[in-house]
Amino acid sequence: MGTLAAFFILSAVTLIPAVVVVTSKNIVRSALALVPTFFGITGLYILLRAEFVAGIQVLIYAGAITVLILFVIMLTEGGTGIRIRQVNEQVPVGALASAVLAALLIWVFLRTPWPQGPGALPEYTAAQIGTTLLSSMVLVFEVTSLVLLISLIGAIIIARRER
Amino acid sequence: MLLLDWLYVAAFAVIGLLLAALSLAIVWVLSPRSAYPQKRMTYESGVVPIGQAWAQFNIRYYLFGLVFVIFAVEVIYLYPWAIVFRQLGKFAFFEMLIFLVVLLLGLAYAWRKGALEWT
Repeated sequence: MGTLAAFFILSAVTLIPAVVVVTSKNIVRSALALVPTFFGITGLYILLRAEFVAGIQVLIYAGAITVLILFVIMLTEGGTGIRIRQVNEQVPVGALASAVLAALLIWVFLRTPWPQGPGALPEYTAAQIGTTLLSSMVLVFEVTSLVLLISLIGAIIIARRER
Repeated sequence: MLLLDWLYVAAFAVIGLLLAALSLAIVWVLSPRSAYPQKRMTYESGVVPIGQAWAQFNIRYYLFGLVFVIFAVEVIYLYPWAIVFRQLGKFAFFEMLIFLVVLLLGLAYAWRKGALEWT
């Protein structure tokens, strides 16, 4: 019962700013409205007992991705300060298409038999992920740092070429 | 971690939002209001501002944004490591050390190439 109430509150926290994102005439306001949306999704992840994904959601999406989007807006010529219209004359067609898509997704969701895997969830998923990452998946873990290193060097090379 | 324990997080979030709203509301209720054109001007440390506050920023800031995102991704690996670090002991410590040294090479590269300089 409490979980259901939390789900509805979190859905509202996610969906109301999401509507602001796609309707606001101010693009900076659109970008900032993404933050409560991401926090609402974080809450939904916690309801699903996925604390680690929730942590990533706050760190990467609410933090880094939003900052990156704001940077891109500020760096674009005429990106800020202008009022934009996010929709064109095809609003009814778009609304119909999204309503059909939503109905289809709900239909598939209700009809699919969702299999449940054996075993119970670990008490704290982030700890389990950490143990796995540092014991049996250690090679993957170290290679990840190489991937991050390559992306860092790539970012520097591309950004410096701009000058 | 019990699902109910997250109610503390929710309570803190609600109280935090209420405190912010309250301080704005107090100002809105108590402060006198006056409107004149100078008040709506961009604040530029006391001198007359040139242009708008919303201007196109230098592309160099983008590099700092990208480096920030990469190190934020690094932090998501530190998070599960920090939880189980005590149980796994020295082995986990050195694994993370290798991970961080590889990333520090990237930072050293950025420094060497002058990506952190503002010329």
